[in-house]
Amino acid sequence: MPKALVYVTFKEGVLDPQGEAVRGALSSLGFKGVNEVRVGKFIELELDDTGNVHADLERMCQDLLANPVIEDYRIEMADESTNGEAL
Amino acid sequence: MQFAVIVFPGSNCDHDCYHAIKDVLKQPVRFVWHKETSLGDAEVVILPGGFSYGDYLRAGAISRFSPIMKAVSEHAREGRPLLGICNGFQCLTESGLLPGALRRNESLRFVCEEVWLKCETSRTPFTCGIEPDEILKMTIAHGEGNYFCEPGTLAELEDNNQIVFRYTDADGSVSPEANPNGSMNNIAGICNLAGNVVGLMPHPERSCDSLLGGEDGLQMFMSVLRMVASS
Repeated sequence: MPKALVYVTFKEGVLDPQGEAVRGALSSLGFKGVNEVRVGKFIELELDDTGNVHADLERMCQDLLANPVIEDYRIEMADESTNGEAL
Repeated sequence: MQFAVIVFPGSNCDHDCYHAIKDVLKQPVRFVWHKETSLGDAEVVILPGGFSYGDYLRAGAISRFSPIMKAVSEHAREGRPLLGICNGFQCLTESGLLPGALRRNESLRFVCEEVWLKCETSRTPFTCGIEPDEILKMTIAHGEGNYFCEPGTLAELEDNNQIVFRYTDADGSVSPEANPNGSMNNIAGICNLAGNVVGLMPHPERSCDSLLGGEDGLQMFMSVLRMVASS
């Protein structure tokens, strides 16, 4: 059964205050080499093995999973033998 | 004049709106459950604040797919008054009825306080009774009210007189200190190009009674009453 992995992150240029706070916390823990942190969402979808999966996933991201005004998304396909193979 | 207040699972300012319209404005109002498909004879529609669908995924992201939203979009397309307050505003941007998006507050904190707002335009049904540049006091209560849009869209909003309210100091100056959430250009509320769809993060329905700290929000409801009654 195919599995889709969707990563949603803020677009470049859109301030990510959560990422900034995490970066500050890492820095206070002593990790000095972290220049930027972006916090995003990870969505895992188990799919039927039918239909035009790629086109559907694209639409799912555009219409619901991401807000294209502020967010980018990346879709990967995974099955049991692979661990995240890029589309 | 018939008002409709849409109720999503997780709406929690629906009763405040209902109270403001029924008991203060003295107008007929009914709740419309999100699974309904018709707004009936409602002339003014309000999407209230709250946490529709628990703010899952993004605030307002799921509620826009509720069955009633088709009728709400149709109402907006017909040029009739539609007001989105707080989570209602988020729902309007998610559904594309208003441009832009509302991000997490810059401070990452939920802000719950009184703010000063400058009314930037009297061209909407909800501000037609308010003088441009008038300063109003209302409350905000949100974690995701940080207005964002593309620079081109922002320029259009400014040029087309679509910015309805800005956060200001008590004296009306638009300053970074007066900005409670990091919104671009201190934006607290906007309208669509036609002006009939208005969304704002502050809560006018909570400022309709002096017992509750102020009546400035009532002006928005009085405005729409006057406009629809005279049309």
